[in-house]
Amino acid sequence: MPTRSASAAALSVSALAELISTLQARGYQVIGPAVRDGTIVYSPIERLEDLPAGFSMEQEAGACRLVKRNDGAVFGYAAGPRSLKSFFHPAEIKLISAERDNGTFRIVSDAPSPPRTAFIGVRACEIAAVRIQDRVLLEDRYKDTFYETRRAHAFIVAVNCTAPADTCFCASTNTGPRAREGFDIALTEIVDDGRHVFLAEAGSAAGKELLRELPKAEPAAELRKAAEKALQDAAGSMKRRLDTDGLAQLLYDNFDHPHWDDLASRCLCCANCTLVCPTCFCVAVDEASDVDGRSAERWRRWDSCFTQSFSYIHGGSVRHSPKSRYRQWLTHKFASWSDQFGTLGCVGCGRCIAWCPVGIDVTRELAAFRTSPAAVNSQGGSHD
Amino acid sequence: MSALTLAPPDVMIPVAARLATVDKETHDTFTLTLAANSREQELPAFAPGQFSMLYVFATGELPISISGDPAERGKLVYTVRSVGKVTHALVTSRPGESIGVRGPFGTAWPLKESYGRDVLIVAGGIGLAPLRPAILHVLRHRGDYGRLIVLYGARSPQDLLFRKQLSAWNYVPDTLIINTVDYGGLSWRGNVGVVTTLFRHVRLQPARTTAMVCGPEIMMRYVVRELLARGLSDEDIHLSMERNMKCAVGFCGHCQLGPYFVCKDGPIFTYGKLKRWMDRYEL
Repeated sequence: MPTRSASAAALSVSALAELISTLQARGYQVIGPAVRDGTIVYSPIERLEDLPAGFSMEQEAGACRLVKRNDGAVFGYAAGPRSLKSFFHPAEIKLISAERDNGTFRIVSDAPSPPRTAFIGVRACEIAAVRIQDRVLLEDRYKDTFYETRRAHAFIVAVNCTAPADTCFCASTNTGPRAREGFDIALTEIVDDGRHVFLAEAGSAAGKELLRELPKAEPAAELRKAAEKALQDAAGSMKRRLDTDGLAQLLYDNFDHPHWDDLASRCLCCANCTLVCPTCFCVAVDEASDVDGRSAERWRRWDSCFTQSFSYIHGGSVRHSPKSRYRQWLTHKFASWSDQFGTLGCVGCGRCIAWCPVGIDVTRELAAFRTSPAAVNSQGGSHD
Repeated sequence: MSALTLAPPDVMIPVAARLATVDKETHDTFTLTLAANSREQELPAFAPGQFSMLYVFATGELPISISGDPAERGKLVYTVRSVGKVTHALVTSRPGESIGVRGPFGTAWPLKESYGRDVLIVAGGIGLAPLRPAILHVLRHRGDYGRLIVLYGARSPQDLLFRKQLSAWNYVPDTLIINTVDYGGLSWRGNVGVVTTLFRHVRLQPARTTAMVCGPEIMMRYVVRELLARGLSDEDIHLSMERNMKCAVGFCGHCQLGPYFVCKDGPIFTYGKLKRWMDRYEL
């Protein structure tokens, strides 16, 4: 469905403002990028002026800095620390409440209906990440209904990315910079020669219908060309690359590579990478009860394979060394994820690189295994 | 979606069942029987080897293997060793109280696939609990199987589970039950040594034997060695694995073992599936 031949339109900046108000009028809570705490994160958006026009983020390994840009671009930044995961698979959610009742207890499932939400400014990498989480939480053997209710009625306004950060590598993971599916409307922002315009393409019936309501112009062939070129330039300008060819086998074959020790000597096991990762889905479930033991709640919270408690079974943690925990994370993302769900667990958004406090860069670390594949892989599963 | 539409019950939400009995097996291990809370409630059937998530109000939830007879409907039986907060709360719960249940989950012992074959059970400690439904199934359908051999190791005579049942099973035709303990004490007249020392007492016919193994991982590694040395194939060795679990349905990520989720791809795996992963330190 989402092809170029679907309805396309040229939108002005004021039409973007109308897009927001139209979504609000239809009962959507609108979430979009906003400048907050020295960075750009998804936040509730009331009006056009809430969007980060004229801002960008310089991102490098271990660094993310809000900077001004002088062209007034609204979407002139790449992935911020928050992803759609925060909305579809929230950091904490109450699973149940239970009340003691005469030696027995009653379980109350009191999850409120989440609001209908429209997201603006969603990058292609982000949509790819949502599709990956769909496979884990909706399309495997069981359905996570908490995820499903949040995900099902979301309206997604994608932005094809013309401003990748230095940490981005979606061109390598084939998840960007252009959004190819999974959106209702996709925008490509063009700012040049005094013109500020968005090429809008519908990716769903709902998107098509909404576009119809907005003031727009027929997009000139020249605008389509400019958008095409901007996206090609974006893909070509990415500083980081990842060779995904044979990556799973490379990691499986290098389980005992000395580079894991080198990595472990730097990794703080802080779990930042798993929190900012838009595909990391692991959770813990905690019990909370009131002091007199009459009522209890079960809360599901994001967890991380970098914690020692993550692998705890009676007798101790399976992965007690930082080395084994880093290995679990990287091997899951780039090897076992493919066995489990048929894709990589990485979309090339670069968040784990920017938000790692010691600047560990997965593209460099993975390349290190490639340049010095170890002959030290000590065992092949034999018993002798 | 209107606010009035109720979402279907999530797989993460437990159902309260009634704790019918708590029976002491050893100084730290108890068998709990759950029954329906009401006439309308129907407890689910299970396959030998599967587990449930058991929830103790205001305490927490744990994966526990089902240890009862799969032919007996209307109840769920678990044998629990008290080693932590939730297991302690489970074994000190009183009959009449409610326990939350989810499941059953996971893969089963290959009982259908083992028709006409010898069944070799190797258990270590509490690992006998998830194997008991398989033993009970074979005994109930005794003619469908060849020999039944149970090799069982526990720490001490006081730690041996289901002792009366084990002795009784020894009188069933074509059935051999052998125990051993790590430390015997003065009054113990039986075998002393790890469970692998029992292999010298049995002669296996490897081509017609299916092995089902559950116990500490280190014990299972050495049992696999013995089985391979005696000519069993990778695909005829079945192991029940344990990992941390918060959900049992593949959402929490905790139980990953290489490419597998122990909760939904296991807990029972063939050695063929596991051999690449189970000997790796800290995987």
